[in-house]
Amino acid sequence: MTRQQAFSLGLRAVAPMLLGVAPFGVIYGVVALQSGIPPLAAMAMSSIVFAGSAQFLLAQLVGAGAPLLLSAGAVGLVNLRHALYSASVAPLLAKLPRRWKVLLAYLLTDEAYAAAIPHLLDPTLATTGEVRGHWILLGSGIGLWTGWQLSTLAGVLIGTQLPSDLGLDFALPLTFIAIVVPMIRSRALLASALVAGAVAVALAAMPYKAGLFVAALAGLALGPVLARRPA
Amino acid sequence: MNLWGLMLICGAMTFAIRYSFIAAEGHFRPPRWFRRLLPFVPVAALTALTVPELLLVQGTIDVGGGNPRFWAGLVAIVAAALWRNTLLTIGCGFLAFFLLQRA
Repeated sequence: MTRQQAFSLGLRAVAPMLLGVAPFGVIYGVVALQSGIPPLAAMAMSSIVFAGSAQFLLAQLVGAGAPLLLSAGAVGLVNLRHALYSASVAPLLAKLPRRWKVLLAYLLTDEAYAAAIPHLLDPTLATTGEVRGHWILLGSGIGLWTGWQLSTLAGVLIGTQLPSDLGLDFALPLTFIAIVVPMIRSRALLASALVAGAVAVALAAMPYKAGLFVAALAGLALGPVLARRPA
Repeated sequence: MNLWGLMLICGAMTFAIRYSFIAAEGHFRPPRWFRRLLPFVPVAALTALTVPELLLVQGTIDVGGGNPRFWAGLVAIVAAALWRNTLLTIGCGFLAFFLLQRA
């Protein structure tokens, strides 16, 4: 696989998610302006913070006049699950120069990670000698980044005129399903998914999406243990 | 502290979280159990992200006829298990979603 092929593979893998991300970006732009954030700052936040749910939260907190420490802490909590993605891709990026690691870490969102990870873990990719995994991740990362910037811009510019309840955001969970279900190849992985899903639902009321992080940890820890028990 | 300062702090923190293990790789030797958990990250984290989107309507579990996302999600899960094809899965899910919404 050449660099271009790997890059375009990542781009294509993230493309269906843009359908779901775009309405979020537009709504974020609108919410940010309504919270009293100037258009330029609202746009800049999409590249400085570059994290959908954290930006929504930050816009609301700024609008409510929340104290700085609380706002920063909340954003950290919302993004904590990205540490898991970091751990997951770290061994695969180990040999890259630092500028690559920095760039890919900046681009490491839920969507970019989800789009690239099945390909990164694909054993046939590793056997082709020269590993192009980082180009796949770059493709999905840049694809999502571009979509997020453009949709934020649209939200800031056209504001509330867009119909928001078309249901396009459903493309996001659907693409995650398309990615995750084929990855469940063992009883242990199935158990892990069931535990993570159940805990996420049970803890959905926890503030700042902390439940998502706890649910992912529970799936990581309990899935393999449960599956080892005789049925 | 102004808005830009807050944004820079949040941006730096978000980056630090995403860079953490990537930066540490090679500088410390993680215990073996840690390495053994890593293959479970994609499935556990992405399922945690997805299931509440399907089951919860305004914070409560709804698996009745009034929640097309749950049933369309099930259709997509079956489609994904059968064909392992991304676009087909999304297509089936959306088709079910729109049909159920009209119903």
